[in-house]
Amino acid sequence: MILYILCFILFLVGLYGVITRRNVIKIVLGICIMEYSLNLLLILIGYVDEGVAPIVVRETMASKFVDPLPQAMVLTVIVIGLATTAMLLAIAIRVYKKHGTFDIREIKNLKG
Amino acid sequence: MMTRGMTNIVKTTTRLICGVIFIFGIYLVSHGHLTPGGGFAGGTVMAGAFILLVLAFGDDVKHLRKTEEGSSTLENLAILLFLLMGVAGMLFGANVFFKNFLEAGTMGELFSAGVIPFLNILIGIEVAAALFTVFLAFVIFKEEEK
Amino acid sequence: MEVLIAIIIVLMIAGSIYTLHSRDLLSAVISYGITGFGLVICFLLLQAPDLAIAQILVEIITLIIMISVIRISTREDVTERSTIHIKGVRYINMRTAAYIVTGAVFMIALLYFFMDATVLLDPFGVHQVRMSAAYMEVGAAITGSANLVAGVLFDFRAYDTLGEATILITAVIGILTVLRLKGRR
Repeated sequence: MILYILCFILFLVGLYGVITRRNVIKIVLGICIMEYSLNLLLILIGYVDEGVAPIVVRETMASKFVDPLPQAMVLTVIVIGLATTAMLLAIAIRVYKKHGTFDIREIKNLKG
Repeated sequence: MMTRGMTNIVKTTTRLICGVIFIFGIYLVSHGHLTPGGGFAGGTVMAGAFILLVLAFGDDVKHLRKTEEGSSTLENLAILLFLLMGVAGMLFGANVFFKNFLEAGTMGELFSAGVIPFLNILIGIEVAAALFTVFLAFVIFKEEEK
Repeated sequence: MEVLIAIIIVLMIAGSIYTLHSRDLLSAVISYGITGFGLVICFLLLQAPDLAIAQILVEIITLIIMISVIRISTREDVTERSTIHIKGVRYINMRTAAYIVTGAVFMIALLYFFMDATVLLDPFGVHQVRMSAAYMEVGAAITGSANLVAGVLFDFRAYDTLGEATILITAVIGILTVLRLKGRR
């Protein structure tokens, strides 16, 4: 139970970064931290005590596997996360070239 | 005379280990149904090998643009073939998408598990090409800014 | 086991707080690696080797892309004025104080509701496998794949994988569009 709460605190740290930082790069990092905490939470839920990785060694089934379904879903999320992070960074660098700063307040004041 | 890329130490080390990294990526993709790994992890390893080459040796913009075009085309072809593999099951009489229409074979051999190795290879190519294209887009942007 | 993972998560929290507060953007990006590599060790301890391989490589490539972005822009953080000086005495900015109070109340409320919701989850380690029980029993026999994760990913749920690949290709097209400076001839 304490692990779930620690994981959620990691999520809250990312949320704090998104809503308080003014730098665009810091906001992107906050979004990445939130994504990592969600991946970790899904894998924590699927863990079974003294389970082994879900790989069948022989025809006989091993005693206990950890849940393979969250692992398969999180595996796709990790690669998508890299692509979306790169997309956010591309938008950030175009904003920097247009306005000359990463400060979102300056960008808001300049209006286009 | 301005030399392109990094120092000689980095270049020599890259020459030595780049091929090994690429072969490890191919191993991860092709044994994805037997050992940990698979298309996503192996594709990222292969993209890492190419990224290491570009970082160490550098290139001119014209050639980089051509490479970007090629990797982008490869990515599109890979996802098209992935979709066709899904439809192909319907030709063999199944009425569901992504039916495993080949023989399952004996578990633990390299050629087993029906269509899963082929889908693994296609996803590996797709991920590798996509990540390499993203990296090349940033490099070309940086070079054109100058 | 539980204690070990708890220690690693605390380290990840400390690393991410440093990431969000450092003055130098380059050190922020590098210390962001603490969170990512801590996540890799957590995946290894939680018996997920596929995820560990993918995560460690994605972390490295993210670092390369972020450093390339910082090298073409600036590495200085924007200055944040949280205090004002009136007659030599430092006061906290009124607006900043309002932000801090609102954020703290909001986050404590979120944490409270999450702790309420954890009652519905199984405690750590005694997960009742409901949906994937069939996958674990007959999955290896049906698909012939020794790696059950690959079996789920490419046979039972291949449609999800197709959607994932579509998102990947859409993101790449978006990046190429945003970063294009000169038109193609």
